[in-house]
Amino acid sequence: MMKQEVNTGMKIKTFGRHGKEGFKNLGRNGWMTFASISAVTVTLLLVGVCLALLLNLKAFGDQLESDVEISAFIDLTAKQDQQDELKESIENISGVETVTFQSKEEGLDNLIENLGDNGEVFESLKEENPLSDAFLVKTTDPQDVNDVAKQIQQLDNVQDVEFAEDTVNRLFKVLEIARNVGLALVVGLLFTAMFLISNTIKLTIVARSHEIEIMKLVGATNWFIRWPFLIEGILIGIFGSIIPIGILIYGYYYLIELIANRFPTLFIDLLPVTPFVYQLSGLLIVLGVIIGVWGSLTSMRKFLKV
Amino acid sequence: MIEMKDVWKTYNNGIKAINGIDIKIDKGEFVYIVGPSGAGKSTFMRMMYREEKATSGTIVINGKDVGKLKNKHVPKLRREIGVVFQDFKLLPRLTVYENVAFALEVIEESKANTRKRVMETLSLVNLKNKARFLPDELSGGEQQRVSIARAIVNNPHILLTDEPTGNLDPETAWGIMDILDQINNRGTTVIMATHNKDIVNTFRKRVIAIDGGLVTRDEARGEYGYEN
Repeated sequence: MMKQEVNTGMKIKTFGRHGKEGFKNLGRNGWMTFASISAVTVTLLLVGVCLALLLNLKAFGDQLESDVEISAFIDLTAKQDQQDELKESIENISGVETVTFQSKEEGLDNLIENLGDNGEVFESLKEENPLSDAFLVKTTDPQDVNDVAKQIQQLDNVQDVEFAEDTVNRLFKVLEIARNVGLALVVGLLFTAMFLISNTIKLTIVARSHEIEIMKLVGATNWFIRWPFLIEGILIGIFGSIIPIGILIYGYYYLIELIANRFPTLFIDLLPVTPFVYQLSGLLIVLGVIIGVWGSLTSMRKFLKV
Repeated sequence: MIEMKDVWKTYNNGIKAINGIDIKIDKGEFVYIVGPSGAGKSTFMRMMYREEKATSGTIVINGKDVGKLKNKHVPKLRREIGVVFQDFKLLPRLTVYENVAFALEVIEESKANTRKRVMETLSLVNLKNKARFLPDELSGGEQQRVSIARAIVNNPHILLTDEPTGNLDPETAWGIMDILDQINNRGTTVIMATHNKDIVNTFRKRVIAIDGGLVTRDEARGEYGYEN
């Protein structure tokens, strides 16, 4: 009698066979395979665009947030000792990190600088500076900006308090809505893609039921029977991620070029191409593979019965 | 060796197929399983290779309790048992050679070994010259011989055949019996469920009759015993 052992580890030759069978499976139901790959493509494209957008918005928001500074303008009538007193009062407010004095001349210079080319029109104002001296206040936690600003407002000798409250708050609202809508869409699409893959693989399983029956009968291991279907799912996932990755890489390069060339003054700093788009591409492939594996496991559980 | 102790099988739909069978089959025996249709012959065989699980009782094959076998160990059991069906179950798009080799391929046998074993087995069933043919191009008897070759190509201890001559004319059926006898002579236990009265009465072997899910007769050199 031949010595027999059920081999659980996989030989390279065996893996080659599974790969070949997986590819053959793709061809067996050409149109269903095409539909599945398309579904993965659409899903991943959307996931990619949403992620690129959200991550950039998030980076932008973080940037703004860390920049949030309160300008407390000092009454023109305030004397030096009153100013010192005010500075101390501000420093005593909980949550305040630093308090810096900014003379009205510095304030105007900063303003002109920030406005870039358009700032030149303000040059003439240097003769008769309309700004007041100010304390620039930074908080330890950007969340405290609102509270701190209110408290400063109530102090003596404060003419006015300014900070980018609305901009920041609005941006975060938009970000949150965008994230939720994107998430819902993506989840829906993920399920659609998974369902299509699982159906495609079900068809393959049915088409090969005869073979599977014999494999079971002569003692093929369960994983030996499963692998080709798993590989079929993985291949659908990988093929589905190719177009989205292409579009994403090309599109992102294009966008950055476009902004650099056409709108150089726009103060939006997109995340740099490297490593961002490559990380995103990697993520899309991984997602594709996950959808594929998920789809095939679903189908195998229902129809393979091994 | 095969041993069944007080084996019962009730299907989920309530049908009682086997109602307390005790049986012992020694290594190297040739056994006919006879009985009317629906008597439980197929269930009896299917329980041996764990296609069905007994509802109660124990089935021990080569020292292993088949009912207690974990799912992942079922393939190992199946490698010790070859199975042949009335309808051959050949893969139509594979050649004779490929159909037989398939059984070794899927248990990850090396290519060289596969080639050697397949050719040996094909010459045992007298089909060496038809290795490149497709199943469609063969007669019924030849197709059954391919399916026997596939069942024994990895040298199982036991060969289960469910009505192997059911679709064949008498002359061809004798050819199949000749091959089964050869396989049995090499030491393989052969169990054959059959309705073929002539074969059972001529080619005398042990006969186990199953009726109503019970063993009604067990004779060392028995007769078919039914009119059909």
